Amino acid sequence: MRKKAFKAALPMTIPVLTGYLFIGIAFGILANSNGYHLGWILLMSTFIFAGSMQFVAISLLASGFNILSVILITIMINARHLFYGLSMLDRFKNMGKKKPYMIFSLTDETFSLLCGVDPPGGVNKDWFYFYIALLNHIYWILGSLVGGLLGSLITFNTQGIEFVMTALFVVIFLDQWEKNKDHSPAIIGILSSIICLIIFRAENFILPSMILIMTLLLIFKTTIRLEDEQ
Amino acid sequence: MILTATESFIMILIIAIMTFLTRVIPFILFPDNKETPETINYLGNVLPYASIGMLVIYCLKDISFCERTLWLPEIVSVLVIIIIHKWRKNTLLSIGLGTILYMLIVQFICK
Repeated sequence: MRKKAFKAALPMTIPVLTGYLFIGIAFGILANSNGYHLGWILLMSTFIFAGSMQFVAISLLASGFNILSVILITIMINARHLFYGLSMLDRFKNMGKKKPYMIFSLTDETFSLLCGVDPPGGVNKDWFYFYIALLNHIYWILGSLVGGLLGSLITFNTQGIEFVMTALFVVIFLDQWEKNKDHSPAIIGILSSIICLIIFRAENFILPSMILIMTLLLIFKTTIRLEDEQ
Repeated sequence: MILTATESFIMILIIAIMTFLTRVIPFILFPDNKETPETINYLGNVLPYASIGMLVIYCLKDISFCERTLWLPEIVSVLVIIIIHKWRKNTLLSIGLGTILYMLIVQFICK
């Protein structure tokens, strides 16, 4: 049962493998150049496991010891996770011992895969989801360790490779678009974010976007009809 | 490293805990053994669609229309991904070609 789920999960994670390896390597190089070597990198990638947050963590560590600002900045940067949790309440239900790990490992990339891919017929869905999360976590740890160890030895030009994540999100957005006739939730997500990006600028637009999205989704509650859910 | 090892460790621990908190809060508020309010169920169903949309914009947040090099790579690559994906419906193909195209543009055209 587990083997089958693993085999089904593995190909789904290939885009994340590419992205996490290279972004992980970039993180490892950055951490290393700030004096945080392998042990530290392993610690952060294993227990924080949040891409953009770890890059910010390095600059926080380099700017002095300030607990309050670390707490506030972490909440600001990771607030979008709240949406992921709300979206996964039902899916993680009855996952038993796997549930805490599923919650811990809910990154942007794992979330988007969980939204975008369905387990093939005959595959246990809980193990399938679990392996997607676990594989992604392993890629991230491996990438960052490689970056810390021998990042400076990479000679081919990897500039732009981080776009693989954007590409993944765009593709999952398109798949979700196809899945439903009612596109209003997707449109609300895109438009609210664009509006808030214009008003609040790149550094501060996520929280207002979340509030606007939530408000609009609630306003249109009676008119939105999703077909693949009851 | 300007912090001591202990200070660094404390900072990392706090970041890890706070990150986990942002992930776990919905599950604490709406545990398995209690009936989830109908509105939250509804949000759980529609939020994936809105969240992925937000995530796409989040990835594109640094583009600017002041200069061609600041928007062209992203916009062109995203459009090509949309076209390829509509055409072949092959996830890896769309992601692979889109990423390679983006890399070529930022490395050779919009330097």
